Formats: sequence, C-alpha cells, structure tokens
Amino acid sequence: MAIAQAIGDTIEDQRTPPPDPKKRGRFTPYLLLLPGMLWLAIFFAVPLIFLFSTSLQTPVAGGEVGEFEQTFNFGNYVETLTDEYYYVPLFRSFIYSGIATVLALLIGYPLAYMIAFKSGRWRNLLLVMVIAPFFVSFLLRTIAWRQILADEGVVVGALRVIGLVGDTGGIYPSALAVITGLTYNFLPFMTLPIYASLERVDPRLIEAGRDLYAKPFTGFRKITWPLSMPGVVAGTLLTFIPAAGDYVNAELLGTGKNSMIGNRIQYEFFNVRDYPTMAVLSFVLMACILTIVLVYVRRVGSDDLV
Amino acid sequence: MAKADVTQAEGDLHLERLTKQFGDFVAVHDLSLVVPQGSFFALLGPSGCGKTTTLRMVAGLEDPTAGTIRIGDTEITHQKPYRRPVNTVFQNYALFPHMTIYDNVAFGLKRRGVKDVKQQVADALDLIQLSQVAQRKPAQLSGGQQQRVALARAIVNRPAVLLLDEPLGALDLKLRRQMQLELKRIQTEVGLTFIHVTHDQEEAMTMADSVAVMNNGIIEQLGPPTELYESPQTVFVANFLGQSNLFQATVKETDGEEIVLEDPDGMFRMPKKRVAAGVDTSTGRKVLVGVRPEKISIGPLAEAAAAPTDGNYVDGVIENASFLGVSTQYQVRTEGGEHIDVFAQNLDVHGLLAHGAEVRLTWRPHHGFVLAPDQDIHAGVEVGAGVSG
Repeated sequence: MAIAQAIGDTIEDQRTPPPDPKKRGRFTPYLLLLPGMLWLAIFFAVPLIFLFSTSLQTPVAGGEVGEFEQTFNFGNYVETLTDEYYYVPLFRSFIYSGIATVLALLIGYPLAYMIAFKSGRWRNLLLVMVIAPFFVSFLLRTIAWRQILADEGVVVGALRVIGLVGDTGGIYPSALAVITGLTYNFLPFMTLPIYASLERVDPRLIEAGRDLYAKPFTGFRKITWPLSMPGVVAGTLLTFIPAAGDYVNAELLGTGKNSMIGNRIQYEFFNVRDYPTMAVLSFVLMACILTIVLVYVRRVGSDDLV
Repeated sequence: MAKADVTQAEGDLHLERLTKQFGDFVAVHDLSLVVPQGSFFALLGPSGCGKTTTLRMVAGLEDPTAGTIRIGDTEITHQKPYRRPVNTVFQNYALFPHMTIYDNVAFGLKRRGVKDVKQQVADALDLIQLSQVAQRKPAQLSGGQQQRVALARAIVNRPAVLLLDEPLGALDLKLRRQMQLELKRIQTEVGLTFIHVTHDQEEAMTMADSVAVMNNGIIEQLGPPTELYESPQTVFVANFLGQSNLFQATVKETDGEEIVLEDPDGMFRMPKKRVAAGVDTSTGRKVLVGVRPEKISIGPLAEAAAAPTDGNYVDGVIENASFLGVSTQYQVRTEGGEHIDVFAQNLDVHGLLAHGAEVRLTWRPHHGFVLAPDQDIHAGVEVGAGVSG
C-alpha cells in the first residue's frame, strides 16, 4: 500500500510541475521540524544540562541537608565511581538486566514465532494476551510475584518436592526473584518487535529454503533468523535499557544485597537528598547504556542486518 | 529406499492418481500424468484449477491426500522437499533479500556440501548473463534480472525436475516475450525437465513441448500445443485456447468417412476423425460443432456461387466489423440465429464488408470439430479471454 502510494505520488509529481522552490520557502522543512526540536530542547536537552550542572555542585558549608551551590567539582565523579557502595550496584544492574534480556529473548522469540507462523485464527487473541498484563498496574504485577515466589507458594513448593530448593530455602527475596521480575515485566517489549519482524517474513522464502535443500533448522538459521534481526535488536534494546535503570523489581523482589543502580539513585534523591551524587549516578548510567548499545548495534548491524 | 538414492533420482516424472483435498475442497482430483525426462511441459489453466497445487506436491510443499509421485523408479510422494531432486522457481522469485546474488545462487549447493561451489555459481550466472551483479542484493536488481537469478538459483542444482510457478507473471509484456525465448534457450542448453505452470495460453504454447490443460482439478486434455489448438476434445479447451464458434447440431446420417449434421442454418459435413473421443454420433444424436474464427472465409453473398460442393457454408448478415490491421474481426448473425465470429486476413485492399451486408461464410469440413453435447457452451470463455495477449 505504502509503495503504491509512493509510486502514485511520484507520478503525481511528474504530471504537475513542482512549485517554485523559492516561493515555497527554503525554511519550510526547518519550520516543520520546529515543534519536535522545541520539544526535545525543552524536555530533554535543558533538563540534561541542569542534571549535568547539578552533578558538579558542592554542599553549602554549614547549610541544611539538600542545600548545594553551583561549582565545577568534577571530583564528584571520581568520588562516586570509586565507592563500592555505588559501583557494585551499577555493575549488578547490567548483570541483572543482561540476564533478563537473554531470558526474555529465549522466551519471547519462540512465543513471537509461534504467534506469527503457527497460531492461525488464534493470532489476534494471543497478541491481546501478550499485551493484556499492561491493563494492570506495573507495581501490582510486580508485587504479585512476591506471592508467586513466596515460600509457601506453588513454585517453591514444587521446587522443594523435586529437591531443587532446600526445605528451608526459598526464592523470594533474592537475585533470582529480581531477574524473574525484570524478565516478566519487559517480556512484551521483547515479544512484540520480534513478532512484527517475523510477521513480515515472506513464508515463500522459507519454502524456497526448504526447496533448496535446507533442513528445517538450517532454514531457520540462514533465513528466518537473519530476517528477524531488526526485531531482535529492537526487542533487546527495549528490554535491556529500561531494565538497567529499573529499581522497582529490586525494591519489591530483592533485599539490600540485590540493589541496582536505580535504587541508589532513588535513595540519594528522596532520602539522603544528595543531589550531586544522584546526578553523577544518572549520568554514568546513561553513558554506560549508550556505550553498550552502540557497541551492540555496530556489531549486530554490520553482519546480519538487511 | 535408501536416502542417498532419492536425491540422485532421475528419469521421467510420473504422477499417478494424485489427489489433494483441503477440507471439503478437492484441489486436484485423481490426476495421472507422465512428463518425459528432458521435456518442457506446461500445466495450463485458470486460477484455482489445481495447477499450482500439483506443482507444490511435486516440490514436496504439499502432501498429497492420495496417489504417488515418482521420478524414474524412485518414489518421492512423501519425501521432504529438501531431499527431493526437484527445485522451484517461485512466483515473485522468493529471492533471499538479505543475501547477495552470489549467496542466493550458492544456497542449494552449500546445503548439499558440493565442492566447487564458486565455479558452479559462476557458470550459472554466466548462463543467465548476470555475472556482473554477483555481489549485489536482490533489491538492487530489476524484475527481469531477479527472475533470471531465481532461475539460476534453481538450475545450478541440476535437479531432475525444475518447476516454474508462473515465472513470468510479474514481468511486463515485452520482457515476458524476451524471457520466453530465454527460458526455452536455457532449457535446451541444460536439458533438464521443466514443468511450467501458467494461466497464459500463449506462454504455454510458445515454450512447451506438451501442454496439459487443467480445469477444476482434472486434466481436460494433454498434448502438443498444435494438437490442443486444432483438435480440442472439450468445450473448455476449445474456448480457453484461442476462440471458438460453437453451436448445437443433430446428426442426420453417416456417409462413409463423414457424418452429416443439421442445424437451423442447414446441413454440414464433418470427417469422422474430427469427432472428439467418446462422442456418440449415431443418427438423431445431438452434438456440439466447433470451428475456429480464422478458419472461416467470408464473402459477399452476391458474389457467391450457387452452393459450394466441397465446403460447409452458412449465410448471414454482418452485425459488427472491427478493423485490426492485420485482420478484420466480423460478427455475423446467421439466418438460423447463431452468432459467428470470423477473423479475415486483410489480403485485399478493397476494404471492409459493411455492417448489415449479406455474406456467405464457408469452411472446409476438416477444419471443424465435434464435441460432446452435455457441456456448458461457454466453459472457459471468460477465463481464457481474460488472459489473452
């Protein structure tokens, strides 16, 4: 449809001579960009500048808690990053969100594959079911996992029976519980982009692969998987980035030992009111995510993306 | 049967009593067919006639409900598609968009673990004269080039049977003509068995050694293109391939090697050998008589001799005349009320016969054909006319 539309437009263009560019105004494209640019400036660039300047502030000597003055104290960064209290949760954030992303991919890809290729007339229902949890509050759903993973719950009970968990052992609260929560909460963000990619894969390409001597798994590896890469990249980013900055799952499903960087940022802001440290952590988190994402997209994008 | 044998199978392709049902719908019904090794065979029919389903069963992409498929002595009926020595040129090509042309063509060879992949791919690209685009992606090629790559990707594997599913359907008319010749050249050069599925009668007749006309899941008639055209056995074939004038007549008598027929316009003679197989021509029986529009000569009634002795004739009035350059197309209403189409070559320069002119139509007895009467006289008209040219 879109292509037909585009072709139609081109034909249209050829028929009626394009309006004189001088009359149309050289600034029209910039004018059209203006609302978006303004939005970005006001709600992204300016706050970022404020955040950065906050990260360089120093407490007012003899002032109250939460009172800071503007300085250019880059020592804040060194001080924060060399403190175990901060760099361990930062590291932990990427480990947890990395594992959650891999798990979400392992669960989400087969799910998306099944919905795209095997669900027949159940397709729409299944898609609704993927999105349905969003109708319940994120917090409620996360708290529900406390019940699911509780010592007297079904999961732990079953694991105790088969001996995977000791009689006194449990899952909640623990790192496992936090990762489970992260995986669960971001699964739809993994599943839907992959589904969108798979759904666009022409089934005739898969048939062509089988016709050309590719066994089912080879056909998947050589055709379906590479063609679904855009969805995999989008899904992993949409899972990894918010999961790395999340603090709700660690707060509700973990202990102090499972704190992630989000928990530290939240604590510095609301409890300690150490705004410069909060700002430093936010900036470092952003820089780390940006670096990881760039490396990832470069790597995957160079050999597999269409 | 050993697995290794299957991929090495060669010989004629045999389809025996092949049936495919989708729920209650019978797509292919009890179809039997032999395609000789090395021939160019066409399955021709309107959409929904079962030709593509037949092709997909040979490729292994559909599982037959009943019947067997053999190549030579090797049965492949339920073999997985990746085990069969059969390759397909798909409609719209189905080239892998994320691979280069080289990788597309090399795909089948690599899967089979063939050794000199590079050389074979180079040869295949030479054959289709596209060596220069080996490192491009399919989207960077024109439709005609993509079509040839799809062909090379299949041919490079030297399958026992090559299937072509409407391979030229997406090309424009001029390119299609060119590719028809190209396909024929390549088939002659590589000597593989080609099975070509199409709804385009012209395409089938230009390229194929033999054509099977399919309708409603069965083969209506099978034979070389000229035989199908000159001696159709069913109304569907008569109408689907080219155009036919068909009218009902009654058998009056048998006179040696000829039968004499009668309709409201008078009597005609027809050689017995022009009667389709299985049609009852004993006296008093009703039959359908057909004659192609280009086999009829037309002339002003005033100039006609009394009654021609060596031909059939009817008199009528011109209702419509369209001048097409190489020929003129007339519609004539006979005295008996039949409408007859006539294609007259423009041999003379004296011009057209005018609307309303009284004319005599004549044709030689052996140019007509006789079909069974219990058929819809318009079967195949629309589906055939829709794709002509």
